[in-house]
Order: sequence, then C-alpha cells, then structure tokens
Amino acid sequence: MSGVTFEAGARRPGSRRTGNVLIWIAVVLGALAMIFPLYWMLATAIRPRSEVFQPVVSLIPQMLTLENFRNVAQRHPFLTWVMNSTFIAVIAVVITVSANLLCGYVFAKFRFPGRDILFFAILGALMIPIQVILVPEFLVTSWLGLLNSPWGVILPRAAEAFGVFMVRQFMVSIPDELIEAARLDGASEMRIFLRIVLPLSKPIIAVLVIFTFMWRWNDFAWPLVVLTDQELFTLPLGLNLLRGEANPDWGGVMALALISLLPMLLIFLIFQRYLVQGIASTGLK
Amino acid sequence: MSNSAVMANSVRPATAARTRRSFRRPWMLPYLLITPNLLLFSAFSFFPLLYAFYISFHDWSLIGDVTYAGLANYRRLVADTQFWHALLNTAVYALASVPTTMAGGLLLAVALNRRMPGRVFLRSVYFLPVVVSAVATGIIAAWMFNEHYGVINSLIVRLGGDRIPWLSSPAWALPSLVLATFWVRVGFCMVVYLAALQSIPTLYYEAATMDGASPSRQFWKITLPLLRPATFLLLILNVIHSFQVFDLIYVMTGGGPGFSTTMLVQYIYQSAFMTSEMGYASAIGVVLYVIVLGFTIIQWRVSRQSENVL
Repeated sequence: MSGVTFEAGARRPGSRRTGNVLIWIAVVLGALAMIFPLYWMLATAIRPRSEVFQPVVSLIPQMLTLENFRNVAQRHPFLTWVMNSTFIAVIAVVITVSANLLCGYVFAKFRFPGRDILFFAILGALMIPIQVILVPEFLVTSWLGLLNSPWGVILPRAAEAFGVFMVRQFMVSIPDELIEAARLDGASEMRIFLRIVLPLSKPIIAVLVIFTFMWRWNDFAWPLVVLTDQELFTLPLGLNLLRGEANPDWGGVMALALISLLPMLLIFLIFQRYLVQGIASTGLK
Repeated sequence: MSNSAVMANSVRPATAARTRRSFRRPWMLPYLLITPNLLLFSAFSFFPLLYAFYISFHDWSLIGDVTYAGLANYRRLVADTQFWHALLNTAVYALASVPTTMAGGLLLAVALNRRMPGRVFLRSVYFLPVVVSAVATGIIAAWMFNEHYGVINSLIVRLGGDRIPWLSSPAWALPSLVLATFWVRVGFCMVVYLAALQSIPTLYYEAATMDGASPSRQFWKITLPLLRPATFLLLILNVIHSFQVFDLIYVMTGGGPGFSTTMLVQYIYQSAFMTSEMGYASAIGVVLYVIVLGFTIIQWRVSRQSENVL
C-alpha cells in the first residue's frame, strides 16, 4: 500500500529557494480561512444568546457560557441522539468490517467459478447513486419490517463495495506461500484466516474501521428516509430538526453541531495518517 | 509483512508447488464466506436497481395499486421543465465546483509538497473538513451565510458594504453552495495530488534542473503530465459526487429559493417522498444512473487512451 503521510514528503532541489515566504504566507492565510467555519461554530456555541443575534458580531466571544448546550439538552433528547448515533456506527463497523474482510479475502485468495462476474457486480454497486435506488431500497426495508428501527439504518448500508475492493487490493499482496505453509502444517481454513491473514491486515482493518465509522456517523439521506420517530434520530437528523425550526436557536444548533463533530475530530487527530493513506491508496495504483 | 516467513518458505518451493495441486479446499467454502455480503448487496443494491427500473414504467404512490404506465413517466420527464431545470442546475453546479476544487487541490498539493515550517500541520488543517459531516457543514455554512446575523455579512457591513441575501436570492444561492463544496472537497483533492506528486521520481527534476529548465517549465512539462492519472481519478470522483450531492444542499437551501438550487437528486427525493410519485421519481433516477454511468465509462476510456499515448 503506497500512501502519502503528513510527515513524509519528497524533497526537490531548488524547492527551498524561490518565493517560499510568499507561498508560505498564502498557505497560512488559506489555512486560517479553512479553519474559520469550525472556529465560528465553536464561537457561536459558547457565547450567550444576546451576543449570537447581533447584526454586527464581534469575532471573539465577549462572554463564555454553556447556556446553549443546556437549552438543547432541555428541549431535545440529544443524549438519546448521541446514543443512537453511537450504536448505529459501532454495530455497522462490526458488521461491515467483518463482512468486507471475509469477502475481500475470498476474492483475493480463492479461485472459483463465477468469481470475476461476482466481483464486477460488486464494483458496479459502487457506482449506484443512493438516491437512484432510494425508493426500492425503502420498499425492501419496509417489507423486512425495518422502518423506524436502527437496523433499518444499519443493514442496507452494511455491505460496502468500496471496502470489499480495498480489502481485495490489500490481501492480494499477502504471499500465497504463507497460506500454503500453514495448510501443510494442518491448520484449518478458519485458523489460517484468523491467525495469519488478519494479523497481516492490520493497516487495512484500521482504514476500514475509521472510514466505516465516519460514513455511518455522518449519514443523513438514508436515516432521514428510514427514521421518523424523534427518539430514534441520529445526530445529523437531530441537527436537521433543530435547523428546520421556525426561528432556529443558532447558538443551540452550533452547540449540537460541535457535539456531533467531536468524535470525528478525535478520530481525525489520532488516525490522520491512516485516513490519508486510505484515501491515497484507493485508486492511484 | 513478515519477510522471514516468506523467505523460509521460498527455500522449499518444490514442496509448495507439489502440495498446491494436491490440496483441495471444500469447494463451497468461498461461496459460504461471501454469502452474507452477497445477500446484503442483492437485497439492498442489485434488486433495488432492477426494481427502480421496473417502477419507472409504472404509476404508484406507495399506497394503492401499481399500474403499468409504459413510457408515460419518461414522456412526462422530457416535457417537464422542472426536470430540465434540475438537470441544468446539476450541470452548472458540477461545472462550477469541480474545476475550482481540483485546481485548488492541485495548487495546495504543490505548495505543501515544499519544505516549509508547519507543513504537517497545514496539510491537516486543509484536510480536516473532509471528516465533517455534510449536514454539519451545511448548517455551519447556512449560519455563516445568514443574511441578518451571519458573520460574512457582518464583515461586509464592517467594511462598509451592503448585506448580501446569500441563501435567499436565486442569484447568490448557487455560488454559496459552490463555496461550501470547495471547503469540503479541496482537502481531499489535495491529498490525492500529494500522493501522486510524491510518487514522481526526483530524478526527473534533477535532470531537468541540470538541463536548465525553469521551475514553471518543469511544472508544465513534468509535473502536470505525470499527474494525469490522479487528475482523471479526481475528475470522475468529483463529477459523480456533484451529481449525487444531497445532504449539503438539503440543509443549506432545501433546493430553493424557488427552484434555483434543486438538483436531480433533490428532485428525485421530492417526487418520491413529498408528492409520492414513485414511478416518476424512479424514472428520474434511471436517467441519473445512465448519466453517471455514461460519464464514468467515457472518462475511463479517455484516461486509458491518454495513458497509451504517454
């Protein structure tokens, strides 16, 4: 797996010289602009209501308060939303990553009739825009009695073509000889998968876990269709609900937005290298 | 990867080759292992795709009977000015957001591939919005673009300008969306370009420098051509993304004001879940799928041709 990390970088002769200072200033100004929306969310979330609704606001909060967080918690079941989001994301990660690993392993290391057709069919699923199949997918979910249930959010998104593809690409590079040797030693297929293949696949597992968590945590369109009961809402649905009120309490909305972002920010800070490697390795080679 | 194990094994290649043929795994094992995934794919991707095609030839409002309608939905679509409006909006949105985001990503990648203080940190900052959910992005953007209390108009007023009705005027709504999209996507483009840049052998640049090629000439003659695969990849991903964008627009403008930011996917959603015209929504879906698929195939062909030329 080749990837770009935030640390490594090619050094070019002459790159230090020309106009470096100007470029650096431009990039730093750009970075300030990039971070500003997140700063503004934070600044709005922690300033009092009277300060939020000013025609001309000051860039730095004059007073800090947690009243916005309290207001959201009083008027909406936001802790329930946090729990719902967490449950859906965690269960989805477990199901999707296990299924992807099995499926990718089979496509990488087994030969069987129909393999290529099946693999291309799965790749084809990658290209289906969710809105195109939104209606029939809704029907299937309804037939299975999964509407208004977290499982209705989890199961239809549990098979992830992208994940199968990434796992296959990764596992092709695991030497066949290792598997053959284990077989010679009398190891069962299950044992080979668990004790040899999986430990060698740690990097791709990490990438899958992060990506799947991120996708499910951030999902909106599908849960919007499946979940109608406010008690079952995920954080993005809750955010949308608050935003859609007649006179949105923007301080409260930003407080909830901040809460919904925290896990992703944390994961980003810890795993940024894997995240970037994952993206960089998905189609360049 | 544990190299010692591989090497130990290659010492006895003859044994391995002999046993490979004699060893037989249970034939149904691979099918067994992929069954869970295949079931899920069949139920929630393949079947729905076929079924969408089927419904598109029928009239149905979710409740009540499904009645055969022949090509009626498609005929209606051709005559529906709102459909064409949505298609045009989608095209304009793609044409405005894809090139700007990719150019921004390329510039950033080239700049941040240089040695400079805080490079690691700066790359992280530009990439950060990629992990933010589209709903959160839309909500933050809607708040910043708010006509009365938004920080952008607040800054404009301070500088002596007039408030701009960003999201409430048809003229400004789409540009606001494009700007928000740039914020979300530029870091992703940057990372892909960075990966591609770092795979270019430094040897090329050393040789070019010795031959006296200027940095800008090196960029046009070496860097850009070698980035072509990354460019094609990003083009495909970004175009598909802009044809499928839903969350951001749903939250920021809801497709309005009027019909000014309603994209094809919004129109599908409205037809299906607001006016309950499943057949019609599916027909639009089929058209969207054909567009996305067609575009992907064309891009794929072109990119393969261009690589043969190189």
